[in-house]
Order: sequence, then C-alpha cells, then structure tokens
Amino acid sequence: MLDFDFICKRTTPSVAGIIYTFGGQFVSKMYWGTSETLLPVYQSTDKAFAKHTEVDTVVNFASSRSVFQSTMELMEYPQVKCIAIIAEGVPERRAREILHVAQKKGITIIGPATVGGIKPGAFKIGNTGGMMDNIVASKLYRPGSVAYVSKSGGMSNELNNIVSLTTDGVYEGVAIGGDRYPGTTFIDHMLRFQDDPNAKILLMLGEVGGVEEYRVIEAVKSGRITKPIIAWAIGTVASMLKTEVQFGHAGSFANSQLETAAMKNKQMKEAGFFVPDTFEDMPSLVASVYQQMVKKGVVTPQREPLVPKIPMDYSWAQELGLIRKPTAFISTISDDRGQELLYAGMPISEVFKDNIGIGGVMSLLWFRRRLPDYASRFLEMVLMLTADHGPAVSGAMNTIITTRAGKDLISSLVAGLLTIGSRFGGALDGAAEEFTKAYDKGLSPRDFVDTMRKENKLIPGIGHRVKSRNNPDLRVELVKEYVKKNFPTSKLLDYAIAVETVTTSKKDNLILNVDGCIAVCFVDLLRNSGAFSAEEAEDYLKMGVLNGLFVLGRSIGLIAHFLDQKRLRTGLYRHPWDDISYLLPQLAKGNPGSEGRVEVNL
Amino acid sequence: MSAKAILETDGKAILNYHLTRAPVIKPTPLPPTKTHNPPARLASLYFPADADVNGVLDQAEATYPWLLAPGIKLVAKPDQLIKRRGKSGLLALNKTWPEAKAWVAERAGKLQHVETVDGYLRNFLVEPFVPHPQDTEYYININSVREGDWILFTHEGGVDVGDVDEKAEKLLIPVDLKEYPSNEQIAAVLLKKVPKGVHNVLVDFISRLYAVYVDCQFTYLEINPLVVIPNADATSAEVHFLDLAAKLDQTAEFECGSKWAVARSNAALGIAAAPSSAGAKINIDAGPPMEFPAPFGRELSKEEAYIADLDAKTGASLKLTILNATGRVWTLVAGGGASVVYADAIASAGFAGELANYGEYSGAPTEGQTFQYAKTVLDLMLRAPQNPQGKVLFIGGGIANFTNVASTFKGVIRALREVAPVLVQHNVQIWVRRAGPNYQEGLKNIKSAAQELGLNMHVYGPNMHVSGIVPLALTPGYKSDVPEFEG
Repeated sequence: MLDFDFICKRTTPSVAGIIYTFGGQFVSKMYWGTSETLLPVYQSTDKAFAKHTEVDTVVNFASSRSVFQSTMELMEYPQVKCIAIIAEGVPERRAREILHVAQKKGITIIGPATVGGIKPGAFKIGNTGGMMDNIVASKLYRPGSVAYVSKSGGMSNELNNIVSLTTDGVYEGVAIGGDRYPGTTFIDHMLRFQDDPNAKILLMLGEVGGVEEYRVIEAVKSGRITKPIIAWAIGTVASMLKTEVQFGHAGSFANSQLETAAMKNKQMKEAGFFVPDTFEDMPSLVASVYQQMVKKGVVTPQREPLVPKIPMDYSWAQELGLIRKPTAFISTISDDRGQELLYAGMPISEVFKDNIGIGGVMSLLWFRRRLPDYASRFLEMVLMLTADHGPAVSGAMNTIITTRAGKDLISSLVAGLLTIGSRFGGALDGAAEEFTKAYDKGLSPRDFVDTMRKENKLIPGIGHRVKSRNNPDLRVELVKEYVKKNFPTSKLLDYAIAVETVTTSKKDNLILNVDGCIAVCFVDLLRNSGAFSAEEAEDYLKMGVLNGLFVLGRSIGLIAHFLDQKRLRTGLYRHPWDDISYLLPQLAKGNPGSEGRVEVNL
Repeated sequence: MSAKAILETDGKAILNYHLTRAPVIKPTPLPPTKTHNPPARLASLYFPADADVNGVLDQAEATYPWLLAPGIKLVAKPDQLIKRRGKSGLLALNKTWPEAKAWVAERAGKLQHVETVDGYLRNFLVEPFVPHPQDTEYYININSVREGDWILFTHEGGVDVGDVDEKAEKLLIPVDLKEYPSNEQIAAVLLKKVPKGVHNVLVDFISRLYAVYVDCQFTYLEINPLVVIPNADATSAEVHFLDLAAKLDQTAEFECGSKWAVARSNAALGIAAAPSSAGAKINIDAGPPMEFPAPFGRELSKEEAYIADLDAKTGASLKLTILNATGRVWTLVAGGGASVVYADAIASAGFAGELANYGEYSGAPTEGQTFQYAKTVLDLMLRAPQNPQGKVLFIGGGIANFTNVASTFKGVIRALREVAPVLVQHNVQIWVRRAGPNYQEGLKNIKSAAQELGLNMHVYGPNMHVSGIVPLALTPGYKSDVPEFEG
C-alpha cells in the first residue's frame, strides 16, 4: 500500500498506523520508496483511535474467525466511516450482522472476501492491482475516467487491464467480494460513481447468484443513474450445465431464474446498459463507448505523466533471478528448503525406505557420501561400544554431580562432555595418531615401542587396568572379529596387534585396549574402504572425527546417567571431608614449599 | 466454502437434539420443557459401490435395534438431496421392517433417473411411520436473505403443498435479533388460518425451530409436512418433521462444528457405543464432523475427492468438478472469477456439452500442489478414449495478484512433461493465457517446453483478453490481432 502511495506521489503514507493485538511491537518498519519509514503499531483499538482522530478508514486483515468481533469493535468508534474486510469464509450470519450495524451507522463495508479496491493516483487497499509492475502496466498511478465495481478481486485486475488498454484508464475500482452477503453491493458504489463528477463511464461486472444487479437496473430506470454503464454478468454457463455446480465464489449460485447470469445480462441490456454478447467482446465494447464519450466531449484525454519508478523488492528480484549477493554462510550437508529435507542430497523419505540406519545417516552428514554397508555398521558398532563405561569415569561422574545439583539435561550432559579431551576419551585420537605415524614411517613394532619408551611416552591405546592377554577384553575381540571378517584390509590393526605382542611381553596387561582397537580400525576404514582419497582420510583424522565418534557415543551414556539420577531423586552431592587431605601452607613458616613437603613438577 | 445442503438424517438429528437446547430469542408462550427429546430414531443406511446389500441391512438391525420392535411401521426413502421423492416413487410408507428391507434392497446401488439426472442410490433413511390426521400437516420454511430470515408457514402442508410462495404466510425476522417479533405478532402473521387452540403450541415450536436455525447457522430449512399433534389441553404437542431439507453455512464450522457434531453422536442417535476398536478415529468434537454430500447424480469421483482433500490441507484453493469425463474441452484455470469466465466462453462458443470439467487453482499454491492438480486433470483427460476431432486444453487465468506465475507454471510444465507423448497421441490442442507476477518467465518456460515436447500449443500474455483464447480455439474463423507471446 505504501509503495502505491509513493508512486502516486503522496507526500505521506496513507496508512496512519497498524492495530495488532498480539505481540509487543510498537513500530513497524516499511519501505517508503528507496528509503524506509516507521509506522506505529497499537495493541488496542482504543489507543489507535485516541492517537489518530483523523483516521476514518480501516482495512481489516483479521482472519475469518476473528474478523466479526474486531469489525464490530471498530464500528463502535464514530470516526470510522469505511471498513474493508479481506477475510474469506466469514459465516453468512455474521456478515449480515456486520452489514446491518454498518447500515444503521452509515459505515461503508467493502467485503468480506475481497481484495479491496483502488483509487488510482490516491489510495489502494491491500493487494488490489497486483504487484507494482502490473500497477504500472495498467497505469493505476494516475486517475482515468472509468469507475468500475466487480464481485471478483481476480477479475478486477483483468478489468484494470482492459480499461487501461482501451480507455484513458481507471478512475476508481472496487471489488465487493464474492460472498452471498457483501457489506456494500453494486448499487452503493454505482450511486457514488454517479454522484462523483470525475467518474465518466461506469462499468459493472456482475455474477450469477443474488439479485443485486437488479437494483442498479431500477436506479437506471428511475433516472437516478444517468451515466453510461457497461455491464456483464459472468456465470452464463450455469444454466447450460446439467447439474448444479458451486463456482469459486460462495455467492455464485442461482436459486431462481432471476439470479442466473443470462437473465441479468438480458435485463441489463433491455434497461439500456452496454452489454456485450460475450465477455470476450467486452474490450471492444469498452473502447467504443469510450470513443463515443471522447467525441461527445464528456472525456478529454489527459497528457500522460512520467511513468514513476519503484525499486523492486530484494526478495522478489532474487526470486526472478535478477540479482545476486555473496552469502555469509555455506552448507554442503543438508538442505531444508525444498519439499523434502535432504541429507547430502538424499531425501529423508529415501533414508527410511533404504533403512540406512544411524550409521548411514552419519556417513551422509559427516562424510557427505554413502559408505558401504559394512562401514556404516562399523560406525554404529563404535557408538554402541563407547556408549557407556560405568558411573566411575570422569565424564559420568561430572554428569552425575551436576544432575544432583539440580541442573537440567543439557547442563548435566555438557558437564560430562567437557571432560573429554586428551586424557579422558582422547585415547582414540592419540592412538590413531601415534600408530599411524609409526606405521607410515616404517618403524617395526619393536622400534616403535622402543622409541616411545626412550621419549618417556605412554603408547595411547595400550594397557588396561584389569584385562590381560589371558583375560581378554571381550569388546576388543568383537571389533577385531568384525573387522577381520568385513574390512577389505586391516593393515593398521595387524600392526597394532604386533605392537601388543611386544608390550605384553613386558607386562601382561599392556594389551591393545578398546580405544586403541577402535582407533586403528577406523584408520583402516578411512584409508582402505575406497570411499576416501588419501588426503581426505588424513584430513578427517586431523579434524578430530574420532573424538566426534566418542562424544556422540558417550552422550548416550551421559544422558542415561542424568535420567538415572533424576529417577532416583538423588540429592545434592557433597564430597566427604575424610576423603580429602587438607594440607594448607602455614604462613608463619615462610613461603609455600618450605614446609618440608615435596612438590613434584611434572 | 459456502451454504451447503446436508442429508435429511443430519438435519433431523440436529433439530431433535437442539430444539430443547438452543436458547430461544424471546420467551415462548409455553413453559420451558424440563426434559429433552429422546434419541432420534433415524436409521441411516449407506451402500458403497461394492457393498453386500444384505450385509448392510443386517448390520442396521444390530445398530438400530428399534427396527425390530414388534409391530413397528416404518418409512423408507433415499437420503441423497433428491427433491420430490414421493413423485418419483422413492417413498415407502407404512411398511413393516421386512417390507422396508425388501424395498430398500431392491433399489440400493441401482441407477435411478430423477427428473433430468441419473444417479446411483446409495444412502437410505428408515424411520418410524407416524400416523396422523390430514389436518395436522403444516408446511414451514425458513430461508435467509440480506435483510433477515423469512419464515414461510401454511396450514395446508403435505406432498401437494403447491406454490408456497403464493399461499404461505410470510414473516421477516430482522438480522438484529433485538427486533424479534412478539409471540402475538408471530401468531397474527403466520397463524391466521390456524385454529386458535393450537396457536401457543405452534408459536412455541416455530420459536424453537428458529432458535435452532440461528444457533446452528442454517441458511435454509424446509419441513413438509410438519405434523403437530397437540395434547388434550394444548399445553404441549407431539411434533414430527416428516420430510426435511436443509442447508448449513459451512463457513460457520468453527462456531457451530461442535453443535453439529454432538447432535450426530452415537448417544444422540441412541446407538449403543461400539466397543472401541484399536483403529477407531478420534473426532475433534463429541460426534463425527458434519458431512456435506455432493448433489444427487454427482458422486465425488476418486480424483475429485483427492483434489478436495488437497484443498482442505492448504491455504490455497484447489477445486475440481468433472462435468463430462468424455468431453473434448478441458480447463486448467487459475482464479475463481477467471474459471467461471472460461466456462462461460466455452459454453457460449457452443461447447457446453463438451465441457469436461470445472475447476480452479488460486491463492498461491506451491509448485508441488499445482503439479498434483495439473496431473490429476491431465490424467482424467487422457484416460478418456481418443476423440477423432482431438481435444482442447485451456491453461488459462487472469492477471494474478501475488501468485508467482513462473513457479505455478513449473508445476504445470512438470505435469505436461510426464504425459507429453499421450498428449500428442490424443491430438490435444493447448491454449495458454496467463499474466501476473513473473508471467514472462512462466510463459517463456511453457512455450519452450512445448517446442521441446512437440506439443501443439499457443501462448498469450496480458495483451490477450482473459478468455480471448477460447473463441480463438473453438470458433471457426474467429481471428484476433493480438500476437502470440514471443518470449
């Protein structure tokens, strides 16, 4: 509406303010040509009218459910003279109640179920006239001399087109809406046009259903309307069909012969209206009536003003593919804009149809490709194996303590996850790194163990508190068995097993533990499944994808501990004093460190 | 969405339930009743296309045990919005259940000719027969106009009521119910020719009936005959609505849906609650949602039902009515007004009989919805046998207000692509006219698709009159100086 005001060269917007009872906004930003302007937003009708005593017109965009109540409220204010109701599907009884009150109070109602109306060069309601390029094409930025009233909003656009092609343009156009009980009908507007000296030619587009056209016929017969009227009632087909058809508009249904379009056209013609033989002949008829009026001197064509320009909305220009701009973000894994959510290009429905499992989804989102089935199942295996390792490990402990402090799920989960790093859970990354490095350098397993010892470094992924060669960790056995059976090759796993032979010869419990085993197998997968190039494989390892596996798997366990503690209604945890050694410095005896205790710097 | 006719069964159920419940507009001459009507006895029998007729009838005995009451006499009739059933021999009066059963079985699922229309009889109503003296038959009709609601009443109701417009007494109830007439006024206007003795009873009934009409947002209600048998001291009366036709305002569903539903619930119809099966659907109200049947002889086809379902699921509007499945002229038109204009133009070119469908899509449907809609129409067109003269398809529409034409046309083009060889085989001429946001792109795309697919297509933009392509395609020798869209 403001764009229209602007191309009509209004100096201020036609809209004084917005009434929006939801939300707490106080101003709304709108385009005003190339710049922007602020419109006040009111939560209550009372405030809006108190502030704007000059306002007399309201365009009511409320839905069919709430429009009755809000329109009734609006009509309480004596300053309101005209209300346009856009909503479709207003119950007929409510529409009649509205128009009854409006009639008593002398308020003009346009609608319901209408696009509104337009007064070229001055004002337009809502979406009337379509987009700005169409408004420019139909020359609606300046007044002409044809005033029309139509039922259908869609067809009013067509009338704008016909009128602009065949005459000096539209003076005013109103769409009264297709419902059975429009607030104002043809006659109300036709009388207005008759009394407005600037409206030279009247145009009426009626429809099958209702008898409102006959009131215009009466007004012509009685001499109340004297200006030339071009008219047509659409829906002539209805009488030619075998069964009754409800057309698009609620009111377009003939209950008697009088309400048929054919009868209306016949009687309008008899009353001296200009009625074409078919609607297709309308343009030539409008043209000829207009030419007559020009000849008679009733209409004097005006010089065309400059065609105003209005900048195109960014979003529309983008939709048309006219403009582009650099983006701030890129996503190469998922897309939620289309009909269906896509994971790396795979529609979500296919994800389920192919039953690719959580491993398949991970391969799509993490690696942007479908991995072979054995690989997806290996990923799932890792998640299952890392899901939990009892309540005593640091991550679970943190989660439990946080839960017991009364925190929510996310806080408790995150408290646990934050312990994951080079020491807790980090063995995966470390093991992958050390084993791969050694293997790639061509160190023999024995050389590798020796080098690590010389550097005083523990080998990540080797050693277990209780398990040993004779008492093997079943989890490790499961992984080994699966990899041996399904992977094309398992070179790094074989290398790690050879390393284990060296370490266990020193001490029985220096076995390849579950972290080490998963890590080397995962490297085997990246390198040898054929799905990744050598660079990609290195890249993913560097990015810490193994840690990702551990975080994802362990989250299952941490959430379980959270739920467990909640279920048990455990209270706030406080560590017992007797489990803590309190060794404080004694200030009298000099600086800390001089009290005889030995602190070791690592 | 508009005023829609409902089944006689449903109309009666609403009246039975709400007559004593709807708030009367002014106190009536009789004291308010303390009790409500007993559950309505309305046996509604539906026979789907592949139904076992006897199975349905046996099931009815279980659902409505009163059918088996000893000595009961019944009325049976089809309940499918058929007018003047008595005159078409579609009314069985004073029958025992076995007789009624045989009468229904003979007609169920059969093709029936009524006036100008042929249709299958699928839905029957069986209810108790009410013996009554002729002079207790009345006629009442309430219908809505702009100024208010007309009540038409005559004391000589029945099958041969004749021209009620002429002989009925008429009373206009204004829209503003504060101006509702007094009991005396109602009696004075409507009951002139009725003995004084029953005035109170009738005024009470009319007021209650009108209260239901308002409360449940009827737009039309006709009862003929209405039978009112007063009790000895005329303080109350037995009221029976023997035959009823009604329309409800479908748009008022959000206000009245629960009232419509509760009147049609099992409890209100005296049906023992079926043991809830696992698959039982949960209704949003206390009863099933109101159904608005298609007019007699126009059963919703699978495709129409599909489009209606699509329509109900979106804010856009998608409508489809098949008029003649073997017709030569098909339409795929955007916009409520434009679609009517197209149908007009086709009829005035002399092709009313060949017009295959009426329909429209509007309100900015998505590309996907437009595709589904277009595909349904194309499938229907190409399913019908080929016509030696070929077929004509109008892809038309006005100047859209805010629908992106290129985007909806993408859906249309996708549908065309799927059936392109068959379109050629059926010798289909395609005529396109459309305008509105981004129409240039839409027209260009459809034109190039047609060239690529070898379709016989003519494309026009806003320079062409909205339905100007219709005479161009159908009227021999009709010329236009508007050039085709160049792209």
